[in-house]
Amino acid sequence: MTKSLNELSITEAARGLRSKEFTVRELWDACATAAKERNPELNAFLELFEADDVAIESAQKRIDGGEAPLLCGIPLAMKDNILIEGRIASAASKILANYRATYDATGVKKLKEQGALFIGRANMDEFGMGASTENSAFGPSRNPHDITRVPGGSSGGSAVAVAAHMVLGAYGTDTGGSCRQPASHTGVVGFKPTYGAVSRSGLIALGSSLDQMGEIAKTPEDAKILFDAVRGQDPLDATTFAPGTYPAFEIPKSFRIGVPHHLLEDGIDEDVKENLNATLKSLESLGHTVVPISLPTSVFALPVYYIIQPAEASVNLARYDGVRYGLAERGDSLLADYVKTRAEGFGEEPKRRILLGTFVLSSGYIDAYYRKADQARGVLRAEYDAAFESCDVIAFPTTPSPAFKFGEKSDPVSMYLEDIFTVTANLTGMPAISVPMGNVERDGVLLPTGIHFTAPLGADDLLFKIGALVTGETL
Amino acid sequence: MSDMKATTKDVKRLATLARVDVDDADLTRFATEFDSILAYVGKLDELTLPESGRNLSVVRNVLRADEAPYESGTWTQRIVEQFPAKEGNSLSVKKIINHD
Repeated sequence: MTKSLNELSITEAARGLRSKEFTVRELWDACATAAKERNPELNAFLELFEADDVAIESAQKRIDGGEAPLLCGIPLAMKDNILIEGRIASAASKILANYRATYDATGVKKLKEQGALFIGRANMDEFGMGASTENSAFGPSRNPHDITRVPGGSSGGSAVAVAAHMVLGAYGTDTGGSCRQPASHTGVVGFKPTYGAVSRSGLIALGSSLDQMGEIAKTPEDAKILFDAVRGQDPLDATTFAPGTYPAFEIPKSFRIGVPHHLLEDGIDEDVKENLNATLKSLESLGHTVVPISLPTSVFALPVYYIIQPAEASVNLARYDGVRYGLAERGDSLLADYVKTRAEGFGEEPKRRILLGTFVLSSGYIDAYYRKADQARGVLRAEYDAAFESCDVIAFPTTPSPAFKFGEKSDPVSMYLEDIFTVTANLTGMPAISVPMGNVERDGVLLPTGIHFTAPLGADDLLFKIGALVTGETL
Repeated sequence: MSDMKATTKDVKRLATLARVDVDDADLTRFATEFDSILAYVGKLDELTLPESGRNLSVVRNVLRADEAPYESGTWTQRIVEQFPAKEGNSLSVKKIINHD
Protein backbone atom coordinates (compact mmCIF):
# COMPACT_ATOMS: atom_id res chain seq x y z
CA MET A 1 0.00 0.00 0.00
CA THR A 2 1.49 3.34 -0.99
CA LYS A 3 0.83 6.32 1.19
CA SER A 4 -0.31 9.63 -0.24
CA LEU A 5 2.30 12.33 0.21
CA ASN A 6 0.30 14.05 2.96
CA GLU A 7 0.22 10.78 4.90
CA LEU A 8 4.00 10.58 5.15
CA SER A 9 5.92 11.28 8.33
CA ILE A 10 8.42 14.13 8.30
CA THR A 11 11.25 11.60 8.22
CA GLU A 12 9.75 9.80 5.23
CA ALA A 13 9.01 13.05 3.38
CA ALA A 14 12.51 14.43 3.98
CA ARG A 15 13.92 11.21 2.51
CA GLY A 16 11.55 11.32 -0.48
CA LEU A 17 12.38 14.95 -1.24
CA ARG A 18 16.10 14.17 -1.20
CA SER A 19 15.79 11.12 -3.43
CA LYS A 20 13.65 13.19 -5.85
CA GLU A 21 10.62 10.88 -5.58
CA PHE A 22 8.50 14.05 -5.38
CA THR A 23 8.96 17.80 -5.18
CA VAL A 24 8.27 20.35 -2.44
CA ARG A 25 5.42 21.67 -4.59
CA GLU A 26 3.81 18.23 -4.84
CA LEU A 27 4.12 17.73 -1.09
CA TRP A 28 2.62 21.17 -0.41
CA ASP A 29 -0.23 20.53 -2.84
CA ALA A 30 -1.03 17.15 -1.27
CA CYS A 31 -1.29 18.71 2.21
CA ALA A 32 -3.07 21.89 1.05
CA THR A 33 -5.64 19.82 -0.87
CA ALA A 34 -6.29 17.53 2.10
CA ALA A 35 -6.57 20.54 4.40
CA LYS A 36 -9.01 22.29 2.09
CA GLU A 37 -11.12 19.14 1.67
CA ARG A 38 -11.37 18.18 5.30
CA ASN A 39 -11.38 21.53 7.07
CA PRO A 40 -15.09 22.31 6.62
CA GLU A 41 -15.84 19.12 8.56
CA LEU A 42 -13.00 19.17 11.11
CA ASN A 43 -12.41 22.92 11.64
CA ALA A 44 -8.75 22.27 12.43
CA PHE A 45 -7.71 25.56 10.84
CA LEU A 46 -9.01 29.06 11.42
CA GLU A 47 -7.23 30.13 8.24
CA LEU A 48 -5.50 28.27 5.43
CA PHE A 49 -2.64 30.14 3.80
CA GLU A 50 -2.09 30.49 0.06
CA ALA A 51 1.00 28.73 -1.29
CA ASP A 52 4.10 30.88 -0.82
CA ASP A 53 5.76 30.31 -4.21
CA VAL A 54 9.02 31.97 -3.21
CA ALA A 55 9.37 29.84 -0.08
CA ILE A 56 8.46 26.64 -1.96
CA GLU A 57 11.00 27.29 -4.74
CA SER A 58 13.73 28.29 -2.34
CA ALA A 59 13.13 25.14 -0.26
CA GLN A 60 13.38 23.01 -3.41
CA LYS A 61 16.67 24.68 -4.34
CA ARG A 62 18.14 24.07 -0.91
CA ILE A 63 17.13 20.40 -1.01
CA ASP A 64 18.53 19.99 -4.51
CA GLY A 65 21.70 21.71 -3.33
CA GLY A 66 22.07 18.92 -0.76
CA GLU A 67 22.44 21.01 2.38
CA ALA A 68 18.89 21.49 3.57
CA PRO A 69 17.77 20.99 7.20
CA LEU A 70 15.24 18.17 7.74
CA LEU A 71 12.23 20.51 7.97
CA CYS A 72 13.05 22.30 4.71
CA GLY A 73 10.00 22.12 2.43
CA ILE A 74 7.84 20.40 5.07
CA PRO A 75 4.26 21.75 5.46
CA LEU A 76 3.39 22.40 9.13
CA ALA A 77 0.51 23.84 11.16
CA MET A 78 1.01 26.66 13.65
CA LYS A 79 -1.32 27.15 16.59
CA ASP A 80 -3.19 30.45 16.48
CA ASN A 81 -1.34 31.80 19.55
CA ILE A 82 2.12 31.63 17.92
CA LEU A 83 3.11 34.77 16.03
CA ILE A 84 3.94 34.73 12.32
CA GLU A 85 4.76 38.25 11.16
CA GLY A 86 2.00 39.86 9.10
CA ARG A 87 -0.50 37.07 9.85
CA ILE A 88 -3.48 37.21 12.17
CA ALA A 89 -2.73 35.61 15.55
CA SER A 90 -6.00 35.63 17.50
CA ALA A 91 -5.49 32.90 20.15
CA ALA A 92 -9.02 31.93 18.99
CA SER A 93 -10.38 34.99 20.81
CA LYS A 94 -12.65 37.74 19.57
CA ILE A 95 -10.48 40.21 21.43
CA LEU A 96 -7.57 39.51 19.04
CA ALA A 97 -9.59 38.61 15.93
CA ASN A 98 -8.09 41.53 14.01
CA TYR A 99 -4.59 41.40 15.50
CA ARG A 100 -1.80 40.99 12.96
CA ALA A 101 1.52 39.81 14.40
CA THR A 102 4.16 42.54 14.22
CA TYR A 103 7.05 40.05 14.52
CA ASP A 104 7.89 36.36 14.24
CA ALA A 105 7.97 34.18 17.34
CA THR A 106 11.54 32.97 17.86
CA GLY A 107 10.42 29.44 16.98
CA VAL A 108 8.79 30.68 13.77
CA LYS A 109 11.91 32.65 12.85
CA LYS A 110 14.01 29.50 13.26
CA LEU A 111 11.57 27.46 11.18
CA LYS A 112 11.52 30.02 8.38
CA GLU A 113 15.32 29.99 8.33
CA GLN A 114 15.18 26.21 7.97
CA GLY A 115 12.76 26.48 5.05
CA ALA A 116 9.68 25.00 6.77
CA LEU A 117 6.30 25.90 5.22
CA PHE A 118 3.12 26.89 7.03
CA ILE A 119 -0.26 25.58 5.84
CA GLY A 120 -2.33 27.66 8.20
CA ARG A 121 -3.14 28.71 11.72
CA ALA A 122 -4.66 26.02 13.86
CA ASN A 123 -7.78 26.28 16.00
CA MET A 124 -7.56 26.13 19.80
CA ASP A 125 -9.39 26.85 23.03
CA GLU A 126 -9.45 30.61 23.56
CA PHE A 127 -6.04 31.69 24.92
CA GLY A 128 -5.29 27.99 25.55
CA MET A 129 -7.97 27.71 28.22
CA GLY A 130 -9.64 24.37 27.78
CA ALA A 131 -9.22 20.72 26.97
CA SER A 132 -11.60 20.29 24.02
CA THR A 133 -11.44 23.36 21.67
CA GLU A 134 -15.07 23.97 22.68
CA ASN A 135 -13.85 27.30 24.08
CA SER A 136 -12.69 28.56 20.67
CA ALA A 137 -14.53 31.76 19.75
CA PHE A 138 -14.67 30.40 16.19
CA GLY A 139 -16.28 26.99 16.76
CA PRO A 140 -14.70 23.75 17.97
CA SER A 141 -12.50 21.37 16.00
CA ARG A 142 -13.75 17.81 15.59
CA ASN A 143 -11.99 14.55 16.29
CA PRO A 144 -11.22 12.75 13.00
CA HIS A 145 -11.78 9.37 14.69
CA ASP A 146 -15.36 10.34 15.60
CA ILE A 147 -16.66 13.77 14.69
CA THR A 148 -19.23 13.68 17.49
CA ARG A 149 -16.30 13.84 19.90
CA VAL A 150 -13.83 16.56 20.86
CA PRO A 151 -10.21 16.33 19.72
CA GLY A 152 -8.94 17.52 23.12
CA GLY A 153 -7.26 20.83 23.65
CA SER A 154 -6.16 23.40 23.86
CA SER A 155 -3.96 22.62 20.81
CA GLY A 156 -6.85 20.60 19.32
CA GLY A 157 -6.58 22.12 15.84
CA SER A 158 -2.87 21.29 15.66
CA ALA A 159 -3.55 17.68 16.72
CA VAL A 160 -6.41 17.25 14.25
CA ALA A 161 -4.30 18.72 11.44
CA VAL A 162 -1.65 16.05 12.06
CA ALA A 163 -4.04 13.16 12.75
CA ALA A 164 -6.10 13.90 9.62
CA HIS A 165 -2.93 14.24 7.51
CA MET A 166 -3.52 17.87 6.60
CA VAL A 167 0.10 18.58 7.59
CA LEU A 168 3.14 16.48 8.42
CA GLY A 169 3.67 18.05 11.84
CA ALA A 170 2.40 20.88 13.99
CA TYR A 171 3.33 23.22 16.78
CA GLY A 172 1.13 24.01 19.71
CA THR A 173 1.63 25.37 23.18
CA ASP A 174 1.42 23.33 26.36
CA THR A 175 0.55 25.02 29.66
CA GLY A 176 -1.14 22.10 31.42
CA GLY A 177 -1.23 19.35 28.82
CA SER A 178 -2.38 21.25 25.75
CA CYS A 179 -0.17 19.32 23.31
CA ARG A 180 -0.15 15.92 25.05
CA GLN A 181 -3.86 15.58 25.82
CA PRO A 182 -5.16 16.35 22.27
CA ALA A 183 -2.39 14.14 20.85
CA SER A 184 -3.65 11.31 23.05
CA HIS A 185 -7.27 11.88 21.97
CA THR A 186 -6.39 11.91 18.25
CA GLY A 187 -3.82 9.11 18.18
CA VAL A 188 -0.64 11.11 17.54
CA VAL A 189 2.49 12.08 19.51
CA GLY A 190 2.47 15.19 21.71
CA PHE A 191 5.53 16.63 23.41
CA LYS A 192 6.11 19.28 26.10
CA PRO A 193 9.78 20.30 26.40
CA THR A 194 11.62 21.13 29.63
CA TYR A 195 10.55 24.63 30.69
CA GLY A 196 13.06 27.00 29.11
CA ALA A 197 14.22 24.58 26.40
CA VAL A 198 12.29 26.54 23.75
CA SER A 199 11.80 30.30 23.63
CA ARG A 200 8.40 31.70 24.57
CA SER A 201 9.07 34.91 22.64
CA GLY A 202 6.16 35.40 20.27
CA LEU A 203 3.79 33.04 22.09
CA ILE A 204 0.60 34.68 23.34
CA ALA A 205 1.08 34.15 27.08
CA LEU A 206 -1.32 32.14 29.23
CA GLY A 207 0.57 31.02 32.35
CA SER A 208 4.09 32.29 31.93
CA SER A 209 5.76 29.95 34.43
CA LEU A 210 4.04 26.96 32.77
CA ASP A 211 3.88 27.74 29.02
CA GLN A 212 6.11 25.97 26.50
CA MET A 213 5.95 25.74 22.73
CA GLY A 214 5.16 22.06 22.16
CA GLU A 215 5.25 19.65 19.25
CA ILE A 216 2.61 17.38 17.71
CA ALA A 217 3.78 14.72 15.28
CA LYS A 218 3.01 11.36 13.71
CA THR A 219 6.01 9.64 15.31
CA PRO A 220 8.36 10.22 18.27
CA GLU A 221 11.20 10.69 15.77
CA ASP A 222 9.25 13.47 14.03
CA ALA A 223 8.52 15.09 17.41
CA LYS A 224 12.26 15.14 18.05
CA ILE A 225 12.90 16.79 14.67
CA LEU A 226 10.28 19.45 15.41
CA PHE A 227 11.73 20.03 18.89
CA ASP A 228 15.36 20.20 17.72
CA ALA A 229 14.35 22.78 15.11
CA VAL A 230 13.13 25.32 17.68
CA ARG A 231 15.06 24.57 20.90
CA GLY A 232 17.85 26.74 22.30
CA GLN A 233 18.61 29.75 24.43
CA ASP A 234 17.10 33.04 23.27
CA PRO A 235 18.00 36.54 24.49
CA LEU A 236 14.31 37.45 24.01
CA ASP A 237 13.21 34.93 26.67
CA ALA A 238 15.21 35.12 29.89
CA THR A 239 13.79 31.79 31.08
CA THR A 240 15.49 29.86 28.27
CA PHE A 241 18.53 28.04 29.59
CA ALA A 242 22.08 27.54 28.35
CA PRO A 243 23.44 24.11 27.42
CA GLY A 244 24.93 22.48 30.51
CA THR A 245 22.36 23.98 32.90
CA TYR A 246 21.03 20.52 33.70
CA PRO A 247 23.11 17.36 34.19
CA ALA A 248 23.87 15.43 31.02
CA PHE A 249 21.83 12.24 30.60
CA GLU A 250 22.86 9.13 28.79
CA ILE A 251 20.07 7.28 27.08
CA PRO A 252 19.94 3.96 28.93
CA LYS A 253 19.97 0.65 27.04
CA SER A 254 17.45 -0.65 29.50
CA PHE A 255 14.94 1.85 30.89
CA ARG A 256 13.75 1.81 34.51
CA ILE A 257 10.14 2.94 34.19
CA GLY A 258 8.67 4.36 37.38
CA VAL A 259 4.92 3.79 37.85
CA PRO A 260 3.02 5.54 40.68
CA HIS A 261 0.41 2.79 41.19
CA HIS A 262 -1.27 4.75 44.00
CA LEU A 263 -2.38 7.41 41.48
CA LEU A 264 -3.92 4.83 39.17
CA GLU A 265 -6.37 3.15 41.52
CA ASP A 266 -9.43 5.32 40.94
CA GLY A 267 -11.00 7.37 38.20
CA ILE A 268 -9.39 5.66 35.20
CA ASP A 269 -11.42 3.68 32.65
CA GLU A 270 -10.70 -0.06 32.96
CA ASP A 271 -9.77 -0.49 29.31
CA VAL A 272 -7.42 2.51 29.43
CA LYS A 273 -5.72 0.86 32.40
CA GLU A 274 -5.54 -2.40 30.44
CA ASN A 275 -3.81 -0.59 27.56
CA LEU A 276 -1.33 0.92 30.01
CA ASN A 277 -0.55 -2.45 31.58
CA ALA A 278 -0.20 -4.11 28.17
CA THR A 279 2.17 -1.37 27.01
CA LEU A 280 4.27 -1.67 30.17
CA LYS A 281 4.35 -5.48 29.76
CA SER A 282 5.58 -5.22 26.22
CA LEU A 283 8.32 -2.82 27.35
CA GLU A 284 9.26 -5.34 30.04
CA SER A 285 9.45 -8.06 27.43
CA LEU A 286 12.00 -5.88 25.59
CA GLY A 287 14.21 -5.92 28.68
CA HIS A 288 13.07 -2.73 30.44
CA THR A 289 11.98 -2.77 34.07
CA VAL A 290 8.93 -1.34 35.78
CA VAL A 291 9.70 0.19 39.18
CA PRO A 292 6.94 1.10 41.66
CA ILE A 293 7.34 4.70 42.84
CA SER A 294 5.44 7.01 45.17
CA LEU A 295 4.46 10.61 44.39
CA PRO A 296 2.15 11.46 47.33
CA THR A 297 1.86 15.21 46.62
CA SER A 298 0.68 14.51 43.05
CA VAL A 299 -2.91 14.23 44.29
CA PHE A 300 -2.69 17.98 44.94
CA ALA A 301 -1.21 18.81 41.53
CA LEU A 302 -4.48 19.73 39.84
CA PRO A 303 -5.70 22.03 42.65
CA VAL A 304 -2.24 23.65 42.64
CA TYR A 305 -2.42 24.10 38.88
CA TYR A 306 -5.91 25.61 38.92
CA ILE A 307 -4.67 28.23 41.38
CA ILE A 308 -1.39 29.14 39.70
CA GLN A 309 -2.62 29.09 36.12
CA PRO A 310 -5.66 31.39 36.57
CA ALA A 311 -3.48 33.69 38.70
CA GLU A 312 -0.93 34.03 35.92
CA ALA A 313 -3.63 34.17 33.24
CA SER A 314 -5.47 37.01 34.97
CA VAL A 315 -2.24 39.00 34.98
CA ASN A 316 -1.30 38.15 31.37
CA LEU A 317 -4.78 38.96 30.07
CA ALA A 318 -4.77 42.37 31.77
CA ARG A 319 -2.98 43.75 28.69
CA TYR A 320 -6.05 43.33 26.46
CA ASP A 321 -7.84 46.58 27.02
CA GLY A 322 -8.65 47.94 23.57
CA VAL A 323 -6.00 50.65 23.72
CA ARG A 324 -3.08 49.53 21.58
CA TYR A 325 -4.33 46.64 19.45
CA GLY A 326 -7.11 44.12 19.08
CA LEU A 327 -10.81 44.73 19.68
CA ALA A 328 -11.53 48.33 20.69
CA GLU A 329 -15.02 48.93 22.05
CA ARG A 330 -15.73 52.49 23.12
CA GLY A 331 -17.67 53.79 26.15
CA ASP A 332 -17.97 57.23 27.70
CA SER A 333 -14.69 57.10 29.63
CA LEU A 334 -11.32 55.40 29.38
CA LEU A 335 -12.37 52.96 32.10
CA ALA A 336 -15.58 52.23 30.20
CA ASP A 337 -13.45 51.52 27.10
CA TYR A 338 -11.50 48.86 29.02
CA VAL A 339 -14.52 47.27 30.62
CA LYS A 340 -16.58 47.16 27.42
CA THR A 341 -13.72 45.84 25.31
CA ARG A 342 -12.99 43.06 27.78
CA ALA A 343 -16.66 42.17 28.28
CA GLU A 344 -17.21 41.93 24.52
CA GLY A 345 -13.87 40.41 23.60
CA PHE A 346 -13.35 37.62 26.13
CA GLY A 347 -15.35 34.41 26.04
CA GLU A 348 -16.76 32.70 29.10
CA GLU A 349 -13.73 30.65 30.14
CA PRO A 350 -11.21 33.54 30.01
CA LYS A 351 -13.64 35.60 32.09
CA ARG A 352 -14.02 32.73 34.56
CA ARG A 353 -10.25 32.38 34.93
CA ILE A 354 -9.62 36.12 35.13
CA LEU A 355 -12.09 36.29 38.02
CA LEU A 356 -10.66 33.20 39.69
CA GLY A 357 -7.11 34.50 39.24
CA THR A 358 -8.07 37.87 40.62
CA PHE A 359 -9.57 36.09 43.63
CA VAL A 360 -6.57 33.87 44.48
CA LEU A 361 -4.24 36.88 44.18
CA SER A 362 -6.40 39.25 46.22
CA SER A 363 -5.17 40.34 49.61
CA GLY A 364 -6.65 38.09 52.27
CA TYR A 365 -6.58 35.03 50.01
CA ILE A 366 -3.14 35.16 48.38
CA ASP A 367 -1.44 33.30 51.27
CA ALA A 368 -4.00 30.51 51.47
CA TYR A 369 -4.19 30.00 47.72
CA TYR A 370 -1.43 31.37 45.53
CA ARG A 371 1.51 31.28 47.95
CA LYS A 372 0.62 27.85 49.28
CA ALA A 373 0.24 26.55 45.73
CA ASP A 374 3.62 27.97 44.81
CA GLN A 375 5.22 26.21 47.77
CA ALA A 376 3.45 22.96 46.93
CA ARG A 377 4.98 23.26 43.50
CA GLY A 378 8.43 23.11 45.07
CA VAL A 379 7.44 20.00 47.02
CA LEU A 380 6.14 18.34 43.85
CA ARG A 381 9.41 19.00 42.06
CA ALA A 382 11.46 17.63 44.99
CA GLU A 383 9.28 14.51 45.02
CA TYR A 384 9.81 13.92 41.32
CA ASP A 385 13.57 14.51 41.73
CA ALA A 386 13.63 11.88 44.47
CA ALA A 387 11.62 9.43 42.35
CA PHE A 388 14.08 9.83 39.48
CA GLU A 389 16.80 8.38 41.69
CA SER A 390 15.22 4.95 41.19
CA CYS A 391 13.89 5.36 37.63
CA ASP A 392 14.70 7.04 34.30
CA VAL A 393 11.17 7.98 33.27
CA ILE A 394 7.76 8.00 34.97
CA ALA A 395 4.73 6.51 33.21
CA PHE A 396 0.95 6.81 33.50
CA PRO A 397 -1.91 7.27 31.04
CA THR A 398 -2.13 10.72 29.42
CA THR A 399 -5.84 10.96 30.23
CA PRO A 400 -8.17 8.79 32.35
CA SER A 401 -10.59 8.26 29.43
CA PRO A 402 -10.65 8.56 25.64
CA ALA A 403 -12.06 11.60 23.78
CA PHE A 404 -15.46 12.68 25.10
CA LYS A 405 -18.56 13.96 23.33
CA PHE A 406 -19.25 17.61 22.68
CA GLY A 407 -21.03 19.21 25.62
CA GLU A 408 -20.31 16.25 27.92
CA LYS A 409 -18.14 18.24 30.30
CA SER A 410 -20.14 21.40 30.68
CA ASP A 411 -19.25 22.11 34.29
CA PRO A 412 -15.76 23.64 34.67
CA VAL A 413 -14.35 21.20 37.25
CA SER A 414 -15.13 18.13 35.10
CA MET A 415 -13.27 19.79 32.20
CA TYR A 416 -10.34 20.69 34.46
CA LEU A 417 -10.10 17.01 35.51
CA GLU A 418 -9.08 16.18 31.92
CA ASP A 419 -5.65 17.59 32.83
CA ILE A 420 -5.18 15.52 35.99
CA PHE A 421 -2.16 13.59 34.70
CA THR A 422 -0.59 16.22 32.46
CA VAL A 423 -0.37 19.34 34.66
CA THR A 424 2.38 18.04 36.92
CA ALA A 425 5.01 18.27 34.17
CA ASN A 426 4.16 21.95 33.72
CA LEU A 427 4.28 22.60 37.45
CA THR A 428 7.68 20.90 37.80
CA GLY A 429 8.98 22.19 34.44
CA MET A 430 9.89 18.64 33.44
CA PRO A 431 9.67 17.37 29.85
CA ALA A 432 6.86 14.95 28.97
CA ILE A 433 5.51 13.06 25.99
CA SER A 434 2.28 11.32 25.03
CA VAL A 435 2.54 8.36 22.67
CA PRO A 436 -0.36 6.28 21.28
CA MET A 437 -0.89 3.06 23.24
CA GLY A 438 -3.76 1.42 21.43
CA ASN A 439 -7.49 1.97 21.12
CA VAL A 440 -10.57 1.48 23.25
CA GLU A 441 -14.12 1.05 21.94
CA ARG A 442 -16.91 3.52 22.71
CA ASP A 443 -20.31 3.31 21.00
CA GLY A 444 -18.84 0.98 18.41
CA VAL A 445 -16.03 3.36 17.48
CA LEU A 446 -12.35 2.76 18.16
CA LEU A 447 -10.78 5.71 19.97
CA PRO A 448 -7.07 6.20 20.63
CA THR A 449 -5.45 6.37 24.07
CA GLY A 450 -2.01 7.62 25.06
CA ILE A 451 0.77 6.64 27.45
CA HIS A 452 2.49 9.57 29.16
CA PHE A 453 6.15 9.65 30.14
CA THR A 454 7.90 12.31 32.22
CA ALA A 455 11.69 12.68 32.34
CA PRO A 456 14.01 14.74 34.58
CA LEU A 457 14.70 18.40 33.73
CA GLY A 458 16.83 18.65 30.60
CA ALA A 459 16.46 14.95 29.75
CA ASP A 460 14.03 15.59 26.88
CA ASP A 461 15.82 13.19 24.54
CA LEU A 462 15.05 10.21 26.78
CA LEU A 463 11.38 10.68 25.92
CA PHE A 464 11.73 10.31 22.16
CA LYS A 465 13.64 7.09 22.76
CA ILE A 466 11.10 5.56 25.15
CA GLY A 467 8.33 6.80 22.84
CA ALA A 468 9.94 5.03 19.89
CA LEU A 469 10.18 1.84 21.98
CA VAL A 470 6.42 1.99 22.49
CA THR A 471 5.63 2.57 18.82
CA GLY A 472 8.22 0.02 17.72
CA GLU A 473 10.36 2.42 15.72
CA THR A 474 14.10 2.58 15.74
CA LEU A 475 15.55 5.83 16.98
CA MET B 1 -10.99 28.05 53.10
CA SER B 2 -12.87 25.33 51.24
CA ASP B 3 -16.14 26.09 53.02
CA MET B 4 -16.21 29.63 51.62
CA LYS B 5 -19.34 30.45 49.63
CA ALA B 6 -19.05 32.90 46.79
CA THR B 7 -21.90 35.37 46.42
CA THR B 8 -22.88 37.35 43.35
CA LYS B 9 -21.63 40.39 45.25
CA ASP B 10 -18.18 38.80 45.57
CA VAL B 11 -18.08 37.98 41.87
CA LYS B 12 -19.20 41.49 40.95
CA ARG B 13 -16.43 42.93 43.06
CA LEU B 14 -13.84 40.67 41.40
CA ALA B 15 -15.20 41.72 38.01
CA THR B 16 -14.73 45.36 38.93
CA LEU B 17 -11.17 44.68 40.06
CA ALA B 18 -10.48 42.78 36.83
CA ARG B 19 -12.10 45.48 34.70
CA VAL B 20 -14.56 43.21 33.00
CA ASP B 21 -18.30 43.55 32.78
CA VAL B 22 -20.32 40.48 33.79
CA ASP B 23 -24.08 40.55 33.28
CA ASP B 24 -26.50 39.46 36.02
CA ALA B 25 -27.23 35.98 34.63
CA ASP B 26 -23.50 35.27 34.40
CA LEU B 27 -22.90 36.63 37.90
CA THR B 28 -25.26 34.03 39.39
CA ARG B 29 -23.78 31.22 37.32
CA PHE B 30 -20.17 32.20 38.03
CA ALA B 31 -20.93 32.39 41.77
CA THR B 32 -22.32 28.82 41.75
CA GLU B 33 -19.39 27.54 39.69
CA PHE B 34 -16.91 29.29 41.94
CA ASP B 35 -18.22 27.29 44.88
CA SER B 36 -17.41 24.02 43.16
CA ILE B 37 -14.07 25.27 41.78
CA LEU B 38 -13.00 26.63 45.17
CA ALA B 39 -14.17 23.43 46.88
CA TYR B 40 -11.93 21.54 44.47
CA VAL B 41 -8.80 23.72 44.67
CA GLY B 42 -9.46 24.10 48.41
CA LYS B 43 -8.27 20.48 48.77
CA LEU B 44 -4.87 22.10 49.01
CA ASP B 45 -5.86 22.89 52.60
CA GLU B 46 -5.25 19.23 53.43
CA LEU B 47 -1.61 19.41 52.33
CA THR B 48 0.88 19.93 55.13
CA LEU B 49 4.00 21.47 53.70
CA PRO B 50 7.28 20.15 55.09
CA GLU B 51 9.45 22.90 56.61
CA SER B 52 12.05 22.21 53.93
CA GLY B 53 9.35 22.58 51.28
CA ARG B 54 8.84 26.25 51.86
CA ASN B 55 11.80 27.49 49.93
CA LEU B 56 12.11 25.03 47.13
CA SER B 57 11.39 27.27 44.16
CA VAL B 58 14.44 27.67 41.99
CA VAL B 59 15.05 31.26 41.01
CA ARG B 60 17.95 32.55 39.00
CA ASN B 61 18.49 36.11 37.97
CA VAL B 62 18.91 36.99 34.32
CA LEU B 63 20.25 40.35 33.25
CA ARG B 64 21.09 41.79 29.89
CA ALA B 65 23.35 44.66 28.91
CA ASP B 66 21.69 48.05 29.40
CA GLU B 67 21.73 49.07 25.78
CA ALA B 68 19.30 49.47 22.89
CA PRO B 69 18.58 45.97 21.55
CA TYR B 70 17.57 47.29 18.13
CA GLU B 71 17.69 50.50 16.14
CA SER B 72 15.01 53.03 17.04
CA GLY B 73 12.13 53.00 14.58
CA THR B 74 12.63 49.40 13.41
CA TRP B 75 9.19 48.29 14.63
CA THR B 76 7.32 51.60 14.68
CA GLN B 77 5.34 51.21 11.47
CA ARG B 78 4.16 47.68 12.25
CA ILE B 79 3.10 48.61 15.76
CA VAL B 80 1.36 51.83 14.76
CA GLU B 81 -0.69 49.94 12.18
CA GLN B 82 -2.32 48.02 15.03
CA PHE B 83 -3.47 51.14 16.92
CA PRO B 84 -7.26 51.42 17.02
CA ALA B 85 -6.98 55.25 17.03
CA LYS B 86 -3.96 57.35 16.13
CA GLU B 87 -2.61 60.68 15.06
CA GLY B 88 0.48 60.20 12.94
CA ASN B 89 2.66 57.80 14.90
CA SER B 90 0.96 58.67 18.19
CA LEU B 91 -1.64 56.54 19.93
CA SER B 92 -4.85 58.42 20.71
CA VAL B 93 -6.50 57.76 24.06
CA LYS B 94 -9.32 59.34 26.00
CA LYS B 95 -8.64 62.04 28.53
CA ILE B 96 -7.83 60.44 31.90
CA ILE B 97 -8.23 63.40 34.26
CA ASN B 98 -11.58 65.14 34.37
CA HIS B 99 -12.12 68.45 36.15
CA ASP B 100 -15.87 68.26 36.41
